[in-house]
Amino acid sequence: MSDEHDHHDGDADHELRVSKIRDGTVIDHVRGGQALNVLAILGIDGTNGEEVSVGMNVPSNRFARKDIVKVEGRELSQDEVDVLSLIAPDATINIVRNYDVVEKHRVERPGVVEGVLSCPNAGCITTGDEPVISRFSVLEDGVRCSYCETIVRDEIASLIDT
Amino acid sequence: MRHDHLITSKQLSREDIETVLDHASEIDADPSSVAGRHAETLLGLLFFEPSTRTKMSFETAMKRLGGDIVDMGPVDSSSVKKGETLADTVRVIEGYADALVVRHPKQGAATMASEFVDVPLLNAGDGAGHHPTQTMLDLYTIRENAGLDDLTIGIMGDLKYGRTVHSLAYALTNFETQQHFISPESLQLPREVVYDLHQQQDGAGIREHDSLEEILPSLDVLYVTRIQRERFPDENEYQKIAGEYQIDADTLEAASDDLTIMHPLPRVDEIAPEIDETDHAAYFEQAHNGVPVRMALLDLLLSDDKGIRGEADE
Ligand SMILES: [Zn+2]
Repeated sequence: MSDEHDHHDGDADHELRVSKIRDGTVIDHVRGGQALNVLAILGIDGTNGEEVSVGMNVPSNRFARKDIVKVEGRELSQDEVDVLSLIAPDATINIVRNYDVVEKHRVERPGVVEGVLSCPNAGCITTGDEPVISRFSVLEDGVRCSYCETIVRDEIASLIDT
Repeated sequence: MRHDHLITSKQLSREDIETVLDHASEIDADPSSVAGRHAETLLGLLFFEPSTRTKMSFETAMKRLGGDIVDMGPVDSSSVKKGETLADTVRVIEGYADALVVRHPKQGAATMASEFVDVPLLNAGDGAGHHPTQTMLDLYTIRENAGLDDLTIGIMGDLKYGRTVHSLAYALTNFETQQHFISPESLQLPREVVYDLHQQQDGAGIREHDSLEEILPSLDVLYVTRIQRERFPDENEYQKIAGEYQIDADTLEAASDDLTIMHPLPRVDEIAPEIDETDHAAYFEQAHNGVPVRMALLDLLLSDDKGIRGEADE
Protein backbone atom coordinates (compact mmCIF):
# COMPACT_ATOMS: atom_id res chain seq x y z
CA MET A 1 0.00 0.00 0.00
CA SER A 2 1.04 3.55 -0.59
CA ASP A 3 2.66 5.72 2.00
CA GLU A 4 0.10 8.38 1.33
CA HIS A 5 -3.00 6.62 2.44
CA ASP A 6 -5.80 9.11 2.77
CA HIS A 7 -6.82 8.28 6.27
CA HIS A 8 -3.41 8.41 7.87
CA ASP A 9 -1.61 11.34 6.34
CA GLY A 10 -1.74 15.08 6.70
CA ASP A 11 -4.82 15.29 4.58
CA ALA A 12 -6.90 13.60 7.23
CA ASP A 13 -8.18 16.84 8.68
CA HIS A 14 -9.63 17.73 5.38
CA GLU A 15 -11.22 14.40 4.79
CA LEU A 16 -14.42 15.65 6.32
CA ARG A 17 -14.84 18.10 3.55
CA VAL A 18 -15.62 15.29 1.18
CA SER A 19 -17.97 12.59 2.30
CA LYS A 20 -16.99 8.95 2.40
CA ILE A 21 -18.30 6.62 -0.21
CA ARG A 22 -19.46 3.05 0.15
CA ASP A 23 -18.63 1.56 -3.26
CA GLY A 24 -16.92 3.36 -6.06
CA THR A 25 -13.80 5.27 -6.93
CA VAL A 26 -11.85 7.99 -5.20
CA ILE A 27 -9.52 9.88 -7.48
CA ASP A 28 -7.06 11.64 -5.27
CA HIS A 29 -4.07 13.94 -5.81
CA VAL A 30 -5.59 15.53 -8.87
CA ARG A 31 -3.83 18.79 -9.64
CA GLY A 32 -5.69 21.73 -8.18
CA GLY A 33 -8.35 23.00 -10.56
CA GLN A 34 -8.58 19.87 -12.71
CA ALA A 35 -11.48 18.13 -10.92
CA LEU A 36 -14.12 19.27 -13.38
CA ASN A 37 -11.99 18.03 -16.26
CA VAL A 38 -11.70 14.68 -14.53
CA LEU A 39 -15.48 14.52 -14.40
CA ALA A 40 -15.65 15.51 -18.07
CA ILE A 41 -13.32 12.64 -18.97
CA LEU A 42 -15.52 10.23 -17.09
CA GLY A 43 -18.53 11.66 -18.87
CA ILE A 44 -20.11 12.63 -15.58
CA ASP A 45 -22.24 15.74 -15.59
CA GLY A 46 -24.72 14.75 -12.91
CA THR A 47 -27.63 14.24 -15.28
CA ASN A 48 -27.61 10.48 -14.78
CA GLY A 49 -28.05 10.75 -11.05
CA GLU A 50 -24.51 9.68 -10.10
CA GLU A 51 -23.53 10.51 -6.57
CA VAL A 52 -20.40 12.59 -6.87
CA SER A 53 -18.41 14.61 -4.37
CA VAL A 54 -15.72 16.98 -5.41
CA GLY A 55 -13.11 18.66 -3.23
CA MET A 56 -11.33 21.48 -4.92
CA ASN A 57 -8.12 23.17 -3.88
CA VAL A 58 -7.83 21.12 -0.73
CA PRO A 59 -4.49 21.65 1.07
CA SER A 60 -2.19 18.71 0.40
CA ASN A 61 1.21 17.44 1.42
CA ARG A 62 2.26 16.59 -2.07
CA PHE A 63 1.02 19.72 -3.83
CA ALA A 64 0.12 23.07 -2.40
CA ARG A 65 -3.46 22.33 -3.41
CA LYS A 66 -5.14 19.28 -4.80
CA ASP A 67 -8.56 18.21 -5.98
CA ILE A 68 -10.36 15.02 -4.98
CA VAL A 69 -13.17 13.36 -6.88
CA LYS A 70 -15.32 10.65 -5.39
CA VAL A 71 -17.79 8.76 -7.50
CA GLU A 72 -20.25 6.40 -5.87
CA GLY A 73 -21.04 3.14 -7.63
CA ARG A 74 -18.53 3.43 -10.42
CA GLU A 75 -15.15 1.76 -11.02
CA LEU A 76 -12.92 3.18 -13.75
CA SER A 77 -11.97 1.33 -16.91
CA GLN A 78 -8.39 1.22 -18.15
CA ASP A 79 -9.27 3.61 -21.00
CA GLU A 80 -10.60 6.12 -18.54
CA VAL A 81 -7.51 5.82 -16.38
CA ASP A 82 -5.29 6.31 -19.45
CA VAL A 83 -6.91 9.57 -20.40
CA LEU A 84 -7.06 10.67 -16.80
CA SER A 85 -3.30 10.35 -16.71
CA LEU A 86 -2.98 13.06 -19.32
CA ILE A 87 -4.53 15.78 -17.18
CA ALA A 88 -3.89 14.33 -13.73
CA PRO A 89 -0.53 12.55 -14.03
CA ASP A 90 -0.05 12.37 -10.26
CA ALA A 91 -3.49 11.06 -9.42
CA THR A 92 -4.05 8.03 -7.24
CA ILE A 93 -7.05 5.87 -7.89
CA ASN A 94 -8.69 4.19 -4.92
CA ILE A 95 -11.28 1.56 -5.52
CA VAL A 96 -13.62 1.42 -2.57
CA ARG A 97 -15.86 -1.48 -1.66
CA ASN A 98 -17.96 -1.47 1.44
CA TYR A 99 -16.16 1.66 2.76
CA ASP A 100 -12.72 0.03 2.43
CA VAL A 101 -10.04 0.91 -0.06
CA VAL A 102 -9.50 -2.47 -1.76
CA GLU A 103 -7.22 -1.31 -4.53
CA LYS A 104 -5.02 1.71 -4.82
CA HIS A 105 -2.94 2.59 -7.81
CA ARG A 106 -1.15 5.45 -9.42
CA VAL A 107 -2.09 6.33 -12.97
CA GLU A 108 0.42 5.49 -15.66
CA ARG A 109 0.81 7.46 -18.81
CA PRO A 110 0.16 5.25 -21.81
CA GLY A 111 2.32 5.52 -24.96
CA VAL A 112 -0.72 6.01 -27.14
CA VAL A 113 -4.37 6.90 -26.62
CA GLU A 114 -6.84 5.75 -29.24
CA GLY A 115 -10.36 6.91 -29.93
CA VAL A 116 -10.67 9.13 -26.89
CA LEU A 117 -9.43 12.53 -28.03
CA SER A 118 -10.36 14.34 -31.21
CA CYS A 119 -7.81 16.31 -33.20
CA PRO A 120 -8.14 20.11 -32.93
CA ASN A 121 -6.63 20.63 -36.41
CA ALA A 122 -9.44 21.26 -38.89
CA GLY A 123 -7.04 20.29 -41.69
CA CYS A 124 -6.49 16.81 -40.23
CA ILE A 125 -7.82 13.77 -42.08
CA THR A 126 -9.34 12.44 -38.85
CA THR A 127 -11.71 15.40 -38.58
CA GLY A 128 -13.70 14.48 -41.72
CA ASP A 129 -15.97 11.53 -42.45
CA GLU A 130 -13.21 8.96 -42.80
CA PRO A 131 -13.64 5.65 -40.95
CA VAL A 132 -10.60 6.27 -38.80
CA ILE A 133 -10.12 6.15 -35.05
CA SER A 134 -8.15 9.05 -33.63
CA ARG A 135 -4.73 8.17 -32.30
CA PHE A 136 -2.45 10.34 -30.22
CA SER A 137 0.99 9.55 -28.99
CA VAL A 138 1.68 10.76 -25.48
CA LEU A 139 4.65 13.10 -25.12
CA GLU A 140 6.29 14.17 -21.92
CA ASP A 141 4.34 17.41 -21.94
CA GLY A 142 1.38 16.85 -24.21
CA VAL A 143 -0.14 14.66 -26.89
CA ARG A 144 0.46 14.47 -30.62
CA CYS A 145 -1.93 13.41 -33.37
CA SER A 146 -0.50 10.37 -35.17
CA TYR A 147 -2.01 11.54 -38.45
CA CYS A 148 -1.39 15.28 -38.83
CA GLU A 149 1.31 15.49 -36.10
CA THR A 150 -0.26 18.44 -34.33
CA ILE A 151 1.01 18.73 -30.78
CA VAL A 152 -1.38 19.78 -28.02
CA ARG A 153 0.10 20.79 -24.69
CA ASP A 154 -2.64 22.79 -23.01
CA GLU A 155 -6.30 22.04 -22.53
CA ILE A 156 -6.05 18.39 -23.48
CA ALA A 157 -9.33 17.90 -21.66
CA SER A 158 -11.06 20.02 -24.29
CA LEU A 159 -10.18 17.39 -26.93
CA ILE A 160 -12.10 14.66 -25.20
CA ASP A 161 -14.51 13.09 -27.60
CA THR A 162 -17.90 13.10 -25.96
CA MET B 1 5.33 -10.14 -48.77
CA ARG B 2 6.45 -6.86 -47.32
CA HIS B 3 5.63 -3.58 -48.97
CA ASP B 4 6.99 -0.27 -47.91
CA HIS B 5 5.07 2.93 -48.13
CA LEU B 6 6.63 6.35 -48.53
CA ILE B 7 4.67 8.69 -46.30
CA THR B 8 7.09 11.17 -44.75
CA SER B 9 10.77 11.91 -44.96
CA LYS B 10 10.85 11.31 -41.21
CA GLN B 11 10.57 7.58 -41.73
CA LEU B 12 13.84 7.51 -43.64
CA SER B 13 17.27 7.06 -42.13
CA ARG B 14 20.45 8.37 -43.66
CA GLU B 15 21.08 4.91 -45.05
CA ASP B 16 17.62 4.73 -46.65
CA ILE B 17 18.08 8.14 -48.23
CA GLU B 18 21.46 7.16 -49.61
CA THR B 19 20.03 3.95 -51.05
CA VAL B 20 17.48 5.98 -53.00
CA LEU B 21 19.91 8.70 -54.10
CA ASP B 22 22.54 6.18 -55.19
CA HIS B 23 19.97 4.34 -57.23
CA ALA B 24 18.77 7.62 -58.78
CA SER B 25 22.40 8.37 -59.76
CA GLU B 26 22.68 5.01 -61.48
CA ILE B 27 19.46 5.62 -63.38
CA ASP B 28 20.48 9.18 -64.25
CA ALA B 29 23.79 7.92 -65.65
CA ASP B 30 22.23 5.06 -67.59
CA PRO B 31 18.43 5.16 -67.93
CA SER B 32 18.51 2.03 -70.10
CA SER B 33 19.63 0.01 -67.06
CA VAL B 34 16.06 0.02 -65.76
CA ALA B 35 14.10 0.44 -68.98
CA GLY B 36 11.31 -2.09 -69.17
CA ARG B 37 12.02 -3.44 -65.69
CA HIS B 38 8.43 -2.83 -64.61
CA ALA B 39 6.57 -3.72 -67.78
CA GLU B 40 2.93 -4.62 -67.01
CA THR B 41 3.07 -2.58 -63.81
CA LEU B 42 0.29 -0.05 -63.24
CA LEU B 43 0.65 2.95 -61.01
CA GLY B 44 -2.60 4.42 -59.65
CA LEU B 45 -2.66 8.20 -59.48
CA LEU B 46 -5.09 9.70 -56.97
CA PHE B 47 -4.81 13.46 -57.00
CA PHE B 48 -7.49 14.99 -54.81
CA GLU B 49 -6.06 18.39 -55.55
CA PRO B 50 -4.47 19.42 -58.82
CA SER B 51 -0.71 19.25 -59.29
CA THR B 52 -0.03 18.73 -62.95
CA ARG B 53 3.73 18.85 -62.53
CA THR B 54 4.04 16.24 -59.82
CA LYS B 55 1.58 14.02 -61.62
CA MET B 56 3.44 14.28 -64.94
CA SER B 57 6.70 13.51 -63.19
CA PHE B 58 5.27 10.31 -61.67
CA GLU B 59 3.72 9.36 -64.99
CA THR B 60 6.99 9.87 -66.83
CA ALA B 61 8.90 7.87 -64.24
CA MET B 62 6.49 4.93 -64.38
CA LYS B 63 6.46 4.88 -68.19
CA ARG B 64 10.24 5.04 -68.37
CA LEU B 65 10.32 1.94 -66.18
CA GLY B 66 8.13 0.23 -68.76
CA GLY B 67 4.85 0.48 -66.85
CA ASP B 68 1.78 2.61 -67.21
CA ILE B 69 -0.59 4.65 -65.09
CA VAL B 70 -4.26 4.60 -64.20
CA ASP B 71 -5.53 8.01 -63.24
CA MET B 72 -8.50 8.73 -61.02
CA GLY B 73 -8.90 12.00 -62.90
CA PRO B 74 -9.98 15.28 -61.41
CA VAL B 75 -12.03 15.13 -58.23
CA ASP B 76 -14.93 16.89 -59.95
CA SER B 77 -15.67 13.91 -62.14
CA SER B 78 -15.02 11.12 -59.65
CA SER B 79 -16.89 9.31 -56.91
CA VAL B 80 -15.25 11.62 -54.43
CA LYS B 81 -17.61 14.33 -55.56
CA LYS B 82 -20.44 12.07 -54.46
CA GLY B 83 -19.00 11.94 -50.97
CA GLU B 84 -16.91 8.79 -51.07
CA THR B 85 -14.31 8.63 -48.34
CA LEU B 86 -10.59 8.45 -49.07
CA ALA B 87 -10.49 5.11 -47.27
CA ASP B 88 -13.03 3.67 -49.75
CA THR B 89 -11.41 5.24 -52.80
CA VAL B 90 -7.98 3.77 -52.09
CA ARG B 91 -9.45 0.35 -51.37
CA VAL B 92 -11.18 0.35 -54.74
CA ILE B 93 -8.25 1.62 -56.77
CA GLU B 94 -5.86 -0.72 -54.98
CA GLY B 95 -7.59 -3.46 -56.98
CA TYR B 96 -6.63 -1.79 -60.25
CA ALA B 97 -3.01 -0.86 -59.59
CA ASP B 98 0.27 -2.24 -58.25
CA ALA B 99 1.11 0.92 -56.32
CA LEU B 100 -0.69 4.15 -55.47
CA VAL B 101 0.33 7.79 -55.48
CA VAL B 102 -1.90 9.98 -53.32
CA ARG B 103 -2.12 13.73 -53.08
CA HIS B 104 -4.80 15.06 -50.76
CA PRO B 105 -5.54 18.42 -49.14
CA LYS B 106 -5.79 17.01 -45.60
CA GLN B 107 -2.84 16.41 -43.31
CA GLY B 108 -2.33 12.79 -42.40
CA ALA B 109 -4.29 11.62 -45.47
CA ALA B 110 -1.46 9.44 -46.78
CA THR B 111 -0.83 7.92 -43.35
CA MET B 112 -4.47 7.01 -43.04
CA ALA B 113 -4.78 5.76 -46.63
CA SER B 114 -1.75 3.51 -46.18
CA GLU B 115 -3.50 1.77 -43.29
CA PHE B 116 -6.23 0.60 -45.69
CA VAL B 117 -4.12 -0.84 -48.52
CA ASP B 118 -1.57 -3.59 -49.08
CA VAL B 119 0.15 -2.14 -52.15
CA PRO B 120 2.96 0.42 -51.75
CA LEU B 121 1.58 3.92 -51.30
CA LEU B 122 3.54 7.08 -52.03
CA ASN B 123 2.54 10.38 -50.51
CA ALA B 124 2.59 13.12 -53.14
CA GLY B 125 1.57 15.80 -50.66
CA ASP B 126 -0.91 15.82 -47.77
CA GLY B 127 -2.09 19.37 -47.12
CA ALA B 128 0.39 21.24 -44.98
CA GLY B 129 2.01 17.91 -44.09
CA HIS B 130 4.64 16.10 -46.13
CA HIS B 131 5.83 15.70 -49.69
CA PRO B 132 8.63 13.16 -49.45
CA THR B 133 9.28 12.57 -53.16
CA GLN B 134 9.94 16.30 -53.53
CA THR B 135 12.31 16.01 -50.58
CA MET B 136 14.20 13.18 -52.23
CA LEU B 137 14.69 15.14 -55.44
CA ASP B 138 15.76 18.16 -53.40
CA LEU B 139 18.31 16.04 -51.55
CA TYR B 140 19.51 14.58 -54.82
CA THR B 141 20.01 18.05 -56.28
CA ILE B 142 21.84 19.25 -53.17
CA ARG B 143 24.10 16.21 -53.22
CA GLU B 144 24.93 16.70 -56.89
CA ASN B 145 25.75 20.37 -56.46
CA ALA B 146 27.17 20.81 -52.99
CA GLY B 147 27.23 17.50 -51.15
CA LEU B 148 25.07 16.66 -48.14
CA ASP B 149 27.73 16.75 -45.44
CA ASP B 150 29.59 19.87 -44.31
CA LEU B 151 26.70 21.72 -45.86
CA THR B 152 25.47 25.18 -44.90
CA ILE B 153 22.02 25.73 -46.33
CA GLY B 154 19.66 28.69 -46.16
CA ILE B 155 15.94 27.95 -46.56
CA MET B 156 13.98 31.10 -47.26
CA GLY B 157 10.41 32.28 -47.83
CA ASP B 158 7.16 30.83 -46.56
CA LEU B 159 8.39 28.43 -43.93
CA LYS B 160 5.08 28.23 -42.12
CA TYR B 161 2.92 26.64 -44.79
CA GLY B 162 5.63 25.21 -47.02
CA ARG B 163 5.50 21.45 -46.63
CA THR B 164 8.47 21.03 -48.97
CA VAL B 165 10.51 22.97 -46.47
CA HIS B 166 9.42 20.92 -43.48
CA SER B 167 10.17 17.62 -45.14
CA LEU B 168 13.52 18.80 -46.44
CA ALA B 169 14.61 20.29 -43.12
CA TYR B 170 13.79 17.08 -41.34
CA ALA B 171 15.64 14.92 -43.86
CA LEU B 172 18.72 17.13 -43.65
CA THR B 173 19.08 16.42 -39.94
CA ASN B 174 20.43 13.03 -41.02
CA PHE B 175 23.51 14.78 -42.41
CA GLU B 176 26.20 17.15 -41.18
CA THR B 177 24.29 20.27 -42.08
CA GLN B 178 23.92 23.75 -40.67
CA GLN B 179 20.39 24.93 -41.50
CA HIS B 180 19.44 28.61 -41.55
CA PHE B 181 15.75 29.46 -41.83
CA ILE B 182 15.02 32.89 -43.23
CA SER B 183 11.48 34.28 -43.21
CA PRO B 184 9.28 37.14 -42.06
CA GLU B 185 8.17 36.59 -38.49
CA SER B 186 4.61 35.77 -39.53
CA LEU B 187 5.82 32.92 -41.74
CA GLN B 188 8.35 31.26 -39.44
CA LEU B 189 8.58 27.49 -39.12
CA PRO B 190 5.70 26.05 -37.10
CA ARG B 191 6.74 25.21 -33.55
CA GLU B 192 5.91 21.54 -34.21
CA VAL B 193 8.58 21.47 -36.89
CA VAL B 194 11.14 23.26 -34.75
CA TYR B 195 10.36 20.77 -31.98
CA ASP B 196 11.01 17.86 -34.34
CA LEU B 197 14.22 19.35 -35.67
CA HIS B 198 15.54 19.89 -32.17
CA GLN B 199 14.56 16.38 -31.16
CA GLN B 200 16.48 15.08 -34.10
CA GLN B 201 19.58 17.21 -34.08
CA ASP B 202 19.90 18.77 -30.60
CA GLY B 203 19.26 22.19 -32.11
CA ALA B 204 22.89 22.93 -32.78
CA GLY B 205 22.41 22.88 -36.54
CA ILE B 206 19.28 25.05 -36.60
CA ARG B 207 19.09 28.87 -36.71
CA GLU B 208 16.20 31.20 -37.54
CA HIS B 209 16.66 34.65 -39.12
CA ASP B 210 14.46 37.42 -40.45
CA SER B 211 16.95 38.58 -43.05
CA LEU B 212 19.16 36.88 -45.61
CA GLU B 213 21.89 39.49 -45.48
CA GLU B 214 23.82 38.34 -42.43
CA ILE B 215 24.19 34.71 -43.44
CA LEU B 216 24.23 34.81 -47.24
CA PRO B 217 28.05 34.82 -47.53
CA SER B 218 28.33 31.57 -45.55
CA LEU B 219 25.80 29.58 -47.60
CA ASP B 220 26.56 26.69 -49.95
CA VAL B 221 22.91 26.34 -50.96
CA LEU B 222 20.00 28.80 -50.86
CA TYR B 223 16.59 27.16 -51.15
CA VAL B 224 13.96 29.75 -52.02
CA THR B 225 10.20 29.26 -51.71
CA ARG B 226 7.33 31.43 -52.72
CA ILE B 227 5.60 33.78 -50.32
CA GLN B 228 1.97 33.67 -51.30
CA ARG B 229 -0.20 36.74 -51.59
CA GLU B 230 -3.11 35.10 -49.79
CA ARG B 231 -1.10 34.86 -46.57
CA PHE B 232 -1.38 38.63 -46.17
CA PRO B 233 -4.42 40.74 -45.39
CA ASP B 234 -3.59 43.47 -47.89
CA GLU B 235 -1.62 43.99 -51.05
CA ASN B 236 0.72 46.66 -49.64
CA GLU B 237 1.77 44.51 -46.74
CA TYR B 238 2.42 41.61 -49.11
CA GLN B 239 4.48 43.71 -51.53
CA LYS B 240 6.54 45.17 -48.73
CA ILE B 241 7.34 41.87 -47.04
CA ALA B 242 7.69 39.65 -50.10
CA GLY B 243 10.05 42.21 -51.62
CA GLU B 244 12.52 41.62 -48.82
CA TYR B 245 12.81 37.95 -49.71
CA GLN B 246 13.41 38.23 -53.43
CA ILE B 247 16.83 37.74 -54.94
CA ASP B 248 18.48 39.23 -57.99
CA ALA B 249 22.01 39.79 -59.26
CA ASP B 250 22.59 42.58 -56.73
CA THR B 251 21.63 40.36 -53.82
CA LEU B 252 24.11 37.77 -54.96
CA GLU B 253 27.11 40.13 -54.90
CA ALA B 254 27.58 39.08 -51.29
CA ALA B 255 27.23 35.36 -52.03
CA SER B 256 29.93 32.76 -52.53
CA ASP B 257 30.77 32.00 -56.18
CA ASP B 258 29.79 28.40 -55.53
CA LEU B 259 26.36 29.18 -54.13
CA THR B 260 23.67 26.86 -55.51
CA ILE B 261 20.18 28.33 -55.73
CA MET B 262 17.18 26.01 -55.62
CA HIS B 263 13.43 26.51 -55.83
CA PRO B 264 10.63 23.90 -55.95
CA LEU B 265 8.93 25.87 -58.78
CA PRO B 266 6.71 27.38 -59.96
CA ARG B 267 8.26 30.71 -59.05
CA VAL B 268 6.66 34.09 -59.47
CA ASP B 269 9.14 36.84 -58.70
CA GLU B 270 11.22 35.38 -55.87
CA ILE B 271 14.17 34.79 -58.19
CA ALA B 272 14.91 37.34 -60.92
CA PRO B 273 15.21 35.80 -64.42
CA GLU B 274 18.71 37.28 -64.73
CA ILE B 275 19.91 34.58 -62.33
CA ASP B 276 18.72 31.76 -64.59
CA GLU B 277 21.78 31.95 -66.81
CA THR B 278 24.29 31.99 -63.97
CA ASP B 279 26.04 28.95 -62.51
CA HIS B 280 24.07 29.52 -59.31
CA ALA B 281 20.76 28.45 -60.81
CA ALA B 282 19.91 24.79 -60.14
CA TYR B 283 16.11 24.98 -60.11
CA PHE B 284 15.46 23.61 -63.59
CA GLU B 285 17.93 20.80 -63.00
CA GLN B 286 16.09 20.22 -59.70
CA ALA B 287 12.76 19.86 -61.54
CA HIS B 288 14.31 17.44 -64.05
CA ASN B 289 15.72 15.36 -61.21
CA GLY B 290 12.15 14.50 -60.25
CA VAL B 291 12.10 11.82 -62.91
CA PRO B 292 15.21 9.73 -62.04
CA VAL B 293 14.48 10.11 -58.34
CA ARG B 294 10.86 8.94 -58.73
CA MET B 295 12.06 6.13 -61.00
CA ALA B 296 14.45 5.05 -58.26
CA LEU B 297 11.73 5.19 -55.60
CA LEU B 298 9.24 3.27 -57.73
CA ASP B 299 11.82 0.68 -58.73
CA LEU B 300 12.77 0.09 -55.08
CA LEU B 301 9.18 0.03 -53.81
CA LEU B 302 7.93 -2.22 -56.60
CA SER B 303 10.72 -4.77 -56.39
CA ASP B 304 9.92 -7.53 -53.92
CA ASP B 305 13.53 -7.90 -52.92
CA LYS B 306 14.45 -4.26 -52.38
CA GLY B 307 12.29 -1.73 -50.54
CA ILE B 308 13.65 1.57 -49.34
CA ARG B 309 14.05 0.83 -45.69
CA GLY B 310 16.39 -1.41 -43.77
CA GLU B 311 13.52 -2.71 -41.67
CA ALA B 312 9.77 -2.80 -41.95
CA ASP B 313 7.87 -0.52 -39.64
CA GLU B 314 5.27 -2.00 -37.34
ZN1 LIG C 1 -4.66 15.42 -36.43
